[in-house]
Amino acid sequence: MVVSGTRDRAASTTKATTPTPGRKAVYRSTVGAKSVMAVTGLLLLAFLVAHMAGNLKIFFGAESFDHYAHWLRDIGAPVLPHYWYLWIQRGVLTAAVVGHAWAATALALRARRARPVRYAHRPKVQGSYAARTMRWGGVLILLFIVWHLLDLTVGTVNPVGNPATPYANVVAGFAPSRWPVTLFYTLAIIALGFHVRHGLFSALRTLGQRTAKGEQRARVAALGFAVLLVAGFLVVPFSVLVGLVG
Amino acid sequence: MKLTLRIWRQKDRDARGKMVAYDVDGLSADMSFLEVLDVLNERLTTAGEEPVAFDHDCREGICGACGMVINGVAHGPQKLTTACQLHMRHFNDGDTIDVEPWRARAFPVVKDLVVDRGAFDRIIASGGYISAPTGSAPDAHAMPVPKVDADSAFEAAACIGCGACVAACPNGSAMLFTAAKVAHLGALPQGQPERSSRAQAMLAAHDDAGFGGCTNTGECTAVCPKGIPLTVIGALNHDVLGAAVRNR
Repeated sequence: MVVSGTRDRAASTTKATTPTPGRKAVYRSTVGAKSVMAVTGLLLLAFLVAHMAGNLKIFFGAESFDHYAHWLRDIGAPVLPHYWYLWIQRGVLTAAVVGHAWAATALALRARRARPVRYAHRPKVQGSYAARTMRWGGVLILLFIVWHLLDLTVGTVNPVGNPATPYANVVAGFAPSRWPVTLFYTLAIIALGFHVRHGLFSALRTLGQRTAKGEQRARVAALGFAVLLVAGFLVVPFSVLVGLVG
Repeated sequence: MKLTLRIWRQKDRDARGKMVAYDVDGLSADMSFLEVLDVLNERLTTAGEEPVAFDHDCREGICGACGMVINGVAHGPQKLTTACQLHMRHFNDGDTIDVEPWRARAFPVVKDLVVDRGAFDRIIASGGYISAPTGSAPDAHAMPVPKVDADSAFEAAACIGCGACVAACPNGSAMLFTAAKVAHLGALPQGQPERSSRAQAMLAAHDDAGFGGCTNTGECTAVCPKGIPLTVIGALNHDVLGAAVRNR
């Protein structure tokens, strides 16, 4: 037996006794958990791009924006009854968020167990700020989603909160007097930008991106998406704040 | 040159360790980091104290035996350098330097700075090889390998198994080590028959050893003395997921 590496004896004995782990084992592995993160993350990213593009309808005026918002309830009509598509999408997105958070928690707990004794001297890691804020950034984004749904979907914490007038809800929600809300929104969107920057790169790597050139492209694409999302999401509240929309 | 070394001292596997400070003087800027430990150990031995245990072998940066976390960085501040090839000219006179062992559950401390890296052997034994009939050495041109493949295989094969990637990883993951072997053999024609099973089996052995998962942070490749690129992890993911999708 010709063996690459040094463990020829061990190799030849384990070869005979260790069966290939198989598909189930892969899904239970760390790469399996990462794949769940990658696929759910890409799904959520696709939603964010559509959400951001839809938000920009606000620059076409109240009527256009409200009409768009109401149309969301009738996507798929007449095949799908009123509201059905929206609820299907909500179900899929909720499942994606749960899957994403579950895999993240499992991997974070595993990482904690993997190093029971901490370093006495540990400088800031050499990786990007985006990479080392993934976990807490994710928690911040989750908290933001809760607030955001209460604000602009359910309307309980919105000064107008009328589902029939989404334009008015947005204008009232980001009014100058509600600056702490706008500040929180801004911080959350920036956190989202960092999250997407490392997350998209990481997702492509997890799903098998393996060349140096591809890595460069993945990094550029991730940064591009992050900047696009942050700019696209922030332009709305800041336009309300300075009176461009109102 | 005079330094204060704060070194992790731990009597054995079960003992509680702690950082102990030692002043060492009479050092030359041309000494390697391990030679500084030699100087300290000579002094400790003469004084009847227990010398600091650390792994070392070739002291040429190619065997992967030495390894310690110096001021929080695996193998110290110099890029692409093992601790044995790290010279004191990269430090300043009077510096205080913290020296710790690799920290990972899968790498239990045996004594002081020596850790048990047997988990790496188990990962290699699970699939880090090719099975082929033996005989006389084949002709070099019997199996053509494109230059780009040979280069990427060699880049990954340069791994010396020192464990710095695990020490640096915020998740305590050994994915760079595991993936380097998967990428090395997966890039060559000789590695193709066992490519899927190798990736799956080595990943399973990696996870079983108690290493964490990879988050593509890139800490590993930043400290790797052989500059193994992060792309090898993509190669492992590719082979593992490809095998799962094809159900092989």
